[in-house]
Amino acid sequence: MSQLLDLLQKDARKTNAELAELLGLDEAAVSQEIAQLEQDGTIMGYTAIIDREQHQPNKVTAMIEVRLSPERGGGFDRLANRIAAFPQVKSCFLMSGSYDLLTIVEGEDLREVARFVSETLSTMNGILSTATHFQLKTYKANGLLRSSQPDPDRLPVSP
Amino acid sequence: MSLDPKRHLSRQIQQIPRSGIRDFFELVIGRDDVISLGVGEPDFSSPWHIREAAIYSLERGETSYTSNLGLLSLRQEISSYVERQFGMRYDPKSEILITVGVSEAIDLAFRALLNPGDEVIYHEPCYVSYNPSITLAYGLPVAVSATPEDDFALRASTVESAITPKTRALILNFPTNPTGAVIERRELEGIAELAVQHDLIVLSDEIYSELRYDGAEHTSIATLPGMKDRTIFLHGFSKYHAMTGFRIGYSCAPGILTEAMMKIHQYSMLCAPITSQVAATEALRNGAQAARQMHQTYTTRRNLLLTRFRKAGIPCFAPGGAFYAFPDIRATGMTSQGFARELLEEEAVACVPGDAFGPTGDGFLRCCYAANTEALKEALDRICRFYSKKIRP
Repeated sequence: MSQLLDLLQKDARKTNAELAELLGLDEAAVSQEIAQLEQDGTIMGYTAIIDREQHQPNKVTAMIEVRLSPERGGGFDRLANRIAAFPQVKSCFLMSGSYDLLTIVEGEDLREVARFVSETLSTMNGILSTATHFQLKTYKANGLLRSSQPDPDRLPVSP
Repeated sequence: MSLDPKRHLSRQIQQIPRSGIRDFFELVIGRDDVISLGVGEPDFSSPWHIREAAIYSLERGETSYTSNLGLLSLRQEISSYVERQFGMRYDPKSEILITVGVSEAIDLAFRALLNPGDEVIYHEPCYVSYNPSITLAYGLPVAVSATPEDDFALRASTVESAITPKTRALILNFPTNPTGAVIERRELEGIAELAVQHDLIVLSDEIYSELRYDGAEHTSIATLPGMKDRTIFLHGFSKYHAMTGFRIGYSCAPGILTEAMMKIHQYSMLCAPITSQVAATEALRNGAQAARQMHQTYTTRRNLLLTRFRKAGIPCFAPGGAFYAFPDIRATGMTSQGFARELLEEEAVACVPGDAFGPTGDGFLRCCYAANTEALKEALDRICRFYSKKIRP
């Protein structure tokens, strides 16, 4: 039901009745499908996309590259899961290339993120190094352009 | 000096009536409260990668003429796309002509084919340019009807009844603007047999061919027995790739027809704009995904529209293609013109009256669902409210 997921990803606040109209299904079928997708974990949750630069301009976001030593048997997973469990870590990915984990960390200010990196992250056993990049400005996030232009005018009637 | 149309304008031009769409346009223009389902184009801007390719081409200074036929690289892309998508093979060097939209290609084809008095059969309701393009080429337009009883699909027997010794050509447009109708393969085969039997050239305007719904199939008439040699296959980028303003289309036809059309094109147009040709090349090379996404959005809007019409009791067949629906408003006792004008005045929604596409469209309304989904919802609320008011006064 990829079309249902596409619609929800664009706007998760659409009611089941609205979704049913767009999909040409009845409402019961839509709610059943959504329940199934929630249950099997395809839909992990619903969230608002907030323009942080407007809402909390002082908050800081950093992309932290982490190198770590893999463990026999578990690879990177055990350590990665420990890092990912910190509430400051908003996203955490295993990457190919010159480092292992990319973690996206949010903090109230620069100092808070710096403290997390220097006192928590880099002191964990198995962490070889970190490199922190602070986000300066957002142009596009979650597939949405931050400064979108108004739709250009079209003729109201055309053949 | 005062100009006298009778003395200063050609008889051909005097013969051609003002387009019904223009009349309706005049009513709508200047009102900014109107939600319009009256357009014949996607509400999307061209996908960014296509616009970016056009910008890059300008940056590199590609602002020259191209070959009269169009950029060879584009013709090659078209050749392989048409083979993949439709199953016909055309030689990019001699059988493909890049034009300024399909509209130009239609004009070229009629001018290349017709002698004064030659008859051309076209099916109504239809795109507004077919009849005048035939007249401007000194041909005689002969309309046949695709009827509501057949969901506006054309029947071969209807075409047959209009064929005379003077019939030279036939123009088809499936899926159809303004009805969204598709044609059954069986009828298309019947029409192909007639074309072979009566030695007709067929212009096949397949501009909406990718935009199909509910598993509707599409066959190009050029693939049917004996047809490739007598078909001018017309296609373009305006609808599927949302590139109307680029004004870029093409024809695929046997060398002798392509050469004849090119003779006119080279003197009237020289070539299609190079920027548009580059953008079209990008659309064919890398545009499949963006086009599919737009198509998927049309699918949801079509579902929305048909559901709302069904709930409101507005009869409307499920159109298999394009991005139009053609609801039946005859139960209100109003003409298309009357309905569309009052809908505009009372509810500020613009839909094109069906008779703008030929008299057989009277009693119907063209609703284009290539409009922003939220605006479409509001427009449908208003149309349904208006309809129920008119049907139960």
